Amino acid sequence: MAVKKFVVGLFDDEAVLFPAVKKVRTAGYKLHDVYTPFPVHGLDHAMGLRETSLHTAGFIYGITGTTTALSFMSWVFNVDWPLNIGGKPHFPLPAFIPITFELTVLFAAVGMVMTFCYLCQLMPGVKKHIFHPRQTDDKFVMVIELTEKTNAEEVKSFLAAAGAQDINEQKAEAGWWFGRYDKDDEPYLRKIQTANA
Amino acid sequence: MHLKYESTLREPLVDGVKDYHQVTEDIISPIEGKPGKLWYVGFFISLTLLGFGAFSVFWQIYFGVGVWNLNKTIGWGWDITNFVWWVGIGHAGTLISAILLLFRQGWRTGVNRAAEAMTIFAVMCAGQFPIIHMGRVWMAFFILPYPNTRGPVWVNFNSPLLWDVFAISTYFTVSLLFWYSGLLPDFATVRDRAKTKLRKLLYGVAAFGWTGSTKHWQRHEALSLVLAGLSTPLVLSVHTIVSFDFATSVIPGWHTTIFPPYFVAGAIFSGFAMVQTLLIITRKVLHLEEYITLGHMEAMNKVIVLTGSVVGCAYLTELFMAWYGANPYEFATFFKYRAAGPLGWSYWIMMTCNVITPQVFWFRKMRRNVMVTFVMSIIVNIGMWFERFVIICTSLYRDYLPSSWAYYRPSWPEVGFYMGTFGLFFTCFFLFAKYFPVIAVAEIKAVLKTSGENYKEKMEVYEEESAEKFAHDVAHAH
Repeated sequence: MAVKKFVVGLFDDEAVLFPAVKKVRTAGYKLHDVYTPFPVHGLDHAMGLRETSLHTAGFIYGITGTTTALSFMSWVFNVDWPLNIGGKPHFPLPAFIPITFELTVLFAAVGMVMTFCYLCQLMPGVKKHIFHPRQTDDKFVMVIELTEKTNAEEVKSFLAAAGAQDINEQKAEAGWWFGRYDKDDEPYLRKIQTANA
Repeated sequence: MHLKYESTLREPLVDGVKDYHQVTEDIISPIEGKPGKLWYVGFFISLTLLGFGAFSVFWQIYFGVGVWNLNKTIGWGWDITNFVWWVGIGHAGTLISAILLLFRQGWRTGVNRAAEAMTIFAVMCAGQFPIIHMGRVWMAFFILPYPNTRGPVWVNFNSPLLWDVFAISTYFTVSLLFWYSGLLPDFATVRDRAKTKLRKLLYGVAAFGWTGSTKHWQRHEALSLVLAGLSTPLVLSVHTIVSFDFATSVIPGWHTTIFPPYFVAGAIFSGFAMVQTLLIITRKVLHLEEYITLGHMEAMNKVIVLTGSVVGCAYLTELFMAWYGANPYEFATFFKYRAAGPLGWSYWIMMTCNVITPQVFWFRKMRRNVMVTFVMSIIVNIGMWFERFVIICTSLYRDYLPSSWAYYRPSWPEVGFYMGTFGLFFTCFFLFAKYFPVIAVAEIKAVLKTSGENYKEKMEVYEEESAEKFAHDVAHAH
């Protein structure tokens, strides 16, 4: 990704955060993200994010599982090695239901979790910039991206008026990189320094 | 104003004066401190048991399955009893995390993490038994439908035993994914407040780089909801399929259509009892009484008395059908060799522990009594172990041919193997209690402002205003 400049503001209370999000959007600032320690219901709508399609992906993975199980079992019993098991039919659909169901669930669950991790760029070894250490504890952290058109001081006073505290400016990598949380990342820091220069 | 309002008549889910930071502090700080003496004692007892179990399994594999006291009449004994018992225990975790999520039961947030952990450890224990009881364990991979050089000869997809392979492995995988996806945000919380380098590194890896972005939370919520929707039929299917191992056979005492619902109810019954056993100790040791309240225990005791009564009805239905079905063999199994006969004592232990004693939970005072709950939770699990023993052994030990009638008592490797799984279960649980957030921190925070004790006091303003005004205010809140 890229190193960008941000203005960061902290909120204590959802009741202050919601109107602030609305104000930032109407003012036309580029809202990078809001980091919250728990899922705040309605915040995604307030920020104007579109609904996730993860459910649809789950459904597609599920029917893939269904067809895999049914076609594989019927191929084995009818084509590859037709075996007479106690005179039972070669396509015993009721006896196929348990495994078909299990594979549907398995495919849907595994597929969805992997898609979730891919979409959110989550993986062991992945590192991302943490704008404030308490964003996973008790603070709601609003991050506004500074573009060429925005004035940092103006954004700061705007955020202060909206009820934010501890407002500061940060230069950070907006995406993810491979790194360890116990170490500062040398190449990453150099990248920021070059951006500063 | 907060969007969701909850009546003050409902008991708070979090006691005491809490804010978000205090919740983090209360739940995460045991991870950061040194474990107490009791933890070490418990952990080493568990490790010893695990070691003894490993030795028993080694003994059985080295000398063959003949070291067990199974015989030609009783081909399934402690091994399958323990398998069904452990799988059953796992079911409560999924019920709490999935079914109660769909039913929007707020109280699940306090107990779901530990209950799901219990599910995973219990299924790990359960899985050992069918594999080890195969005898030639090194051939265990034959149960997988993989292309082989013997034809390929495939597994029999009509067999309930194979359905079990798919059911248990799917159940384990999905439970693990569900549990871990819920853990990601909490690991990130531990990571961001970590003071030592090692902790920052390890929890940094475990948290997968979670930041708490709103978009990620939105996807996380969608994922949890769909996983809950998938786990709900899954958990019902797993014990249904376990019951098919018996119900699709032609053994009197096993061949009954009542088995699937009866097994599922029994599984939830024993699982909740195990959750109670674990959480009563955990809340005491980690000082989490404000998060796992008497209200939580009462709710779980209600489930116990309900499912216990369902199981009781199933026992009576079985007896009735054995008489009403007019099958002399089935009648003999139930009335001559199960409720009476050389193994009859086990039937009456089962009846006492599962049907009679749980009835104390009809009384509110008993449901909210920690000591009574703890003792009852152990009684229920003894009873549920005997239920599986009764179903398996009393149906087998008197078969159609009186000359092959036999008696069964376990040998030391069978007992040792069972104790070993206790060792595994508690070793895992002790490690979990020390290194993992035992309560879902983020989920507690999400319900704190509606269900926390100090926030509920502020609800009285809304209690007094008219419904129209409240609805109007909510509609124009943002």
